[in-house]
Amino acid sequence: MEYDVKYFDRFVKIFAKYLAENKEYLTQLDAAIGDGDHGINMDRGARTALERLDTMDPKTPGELLRIVGMALLSSVGGAAGPLYGTVFMKMSMTIGNKEKIDDKDLVKALENALIGIKTLGKAEVGEKTMVDVWEPVVEFLKGKVLNEENEISEICREIIKLAEERMKATIPMQAKKGRASYLGERSIGHQDPGATSSYLFFKSLCEALSE
Amino acid sequence: MKKLINSPENVVKEMLEGMVAAYPDLIKVHFSPNFIYRADSPVKGKVALISGGGSGHEPLHGGYVGKGMLDAACPGEVFTSPTPDQMYEAAKTVEGEEGILFIVKNYTGDVMNFDMAADLLKAEGYKVESVVIADDVAVEESLYSAGRRGVGGTVFAEKIGGAAAERGWSLEEVKKVVEKVAKNVRSIGIALTPCTVPAAGKPTFELSEDEFEFGIGIHGEPGRKRLKMKPADEIVQMMMDAILQDMALEKGDEVALLVNGMGGTPLMELFIVNRKVSQILDEIGIKRYKTLVGNYITSLEMQGASITVLKLDDELKELLDDPVLTPALRWKI
Repeated sequence: MEYDVKYFDRFVKIFAKYLAENKEYLTQLDAAIGDGDHGINMDRGARTALERLDTMDPKTPGELLRIVGMALLSSVGGAAGPLYGTVFMKMSMTIGNKEKIDDKDLVKALENALIGIKTLGKAEVGEKTMVDVWEPVVEFLKGKVLNEENEISEICREIIKLAEERMKATIPMQAKKGRASYLGERSIGHQDPGATSSYLFFKSLCEALSE
Repeated sequence: MKKLINSPENVVKEMLEGMVAAYPDLIKVHFSPNFIYRADSPVKGKVALISGGGSGHEPLHGGYVGKGMLDAACPGEVFTSPTPDQMYEAAKTVEGEEGILFIVKNYTGDVMNFDMAADLLKAEGYKVESVVIADDVAVEESLYSAGRRGVGGTVFAEKIGGAAAERGWSLEEVKKVVEKVAKNVRSIGIALTPCTVPAAGKPTFELSEDEFEFGIGIHGEPGRKRLKMKPADEIVQMMMDAILQDMALEKGDEVALLVNGMGGTPLMELFIVNRKVSQILDEIGIKRYKTLVGNYITSLEMQGASITVLKLDDELKELLDDPVLTPALRWKI
């Protein structure tokens, strides 16, 4: 399948819709182990991104992703701002000026986004962060798309299921990074808000395929 | 939620408008991106000192902008780190050609956003250094977490770093003395009540009438443990034990003290806390060189207190005593 600027526009709109719908939920998850602003901040960032897309009307996937990345960087704050900002900026940089990209390009863009998150947040799998969703999903995509040459549209259900499982797998973890780490053992038993918004990210990426 | 606000989305903007209306001789405010800066900036030939963090901790940081302290402060949304464009624009507005020092409280988001701003500025040829303040002894196992939080020690770091910059010290020298403060300062906080972020509308945690939270930060996050309520003296003893076990103080050493309210604690109670703090230090022969009691780094309307102890030497004493003129801290002017 080919991914053009319309695909990424659909993706960002779906992601923004999920963030708006889950604003309270993400905030509650964050209040339990962090500072209770993740949903509020991500929703504000997504709305800023949509406003800027509306006025700037990007023509390529790379341009669209860069606008979203800058919007998140300058409006989300917290750790989520730089982290999600980096996701979109790295994807934009990977795609460059291409009008359309294929499945392999998209996976490479996501792989670079993951590298960006890990470099910035210095987190590894098992530390109760967004990396707990991102790394297994990206590894799965690399295997299925880069090696086995599947299209993402064929494995969507598996991607969403894997992201959901890994999100839930953060519940018994003790946080080692981010503000939740200050709670020590008291962080156990709560689902990580960053892993939850990451699940919504991949769910949106898949749902934007159909249209 | 009952708060004296107009709408949760506008609290930061409207606070800034009110601040600049109150202190037009000391500060100016820039909007989008938001930052507070010295009315007389840029001060040529002086290292520019910039800090920032989530809002809701007032007077930190904006209240400490002025002569002898910060050149600019970047307020994020309530309890949310500021964004890189704020520090970037603030730095370009106030820098006086002698370099820029960021004072950053150790929170994952703050560190990331200041790092990104520093990278942007360095790419344009500016000299930028950062010191991270991580003074909260409540955070144990610091190897396995994001490290100690930056809390009350930040006030001393900004005061002393600001004095050094005002004296015309170089970027390296200012950084070194701020690092000395960071190394020699310890804090701990407790809460009697949680607080409510305006946009969230609900308290960040729940605490019953007969409980208090030991080892809180400044963002309404729960602390290390929850205990049955006790008299002030017993709570202060626990707090001071935690601090003194963590720092090498000897008889005859001199310290600066900050007995800080979290926003909703009456001064009466803070003085009761300070009474016990003073007794404990006097008993072990630690000299109290300077004491601040009041709301210096808060957590919205939270009831609670924090204690900060800074071990002093002659250099730190002199810089601490230097004149300062800001909305929230002023002496010898």
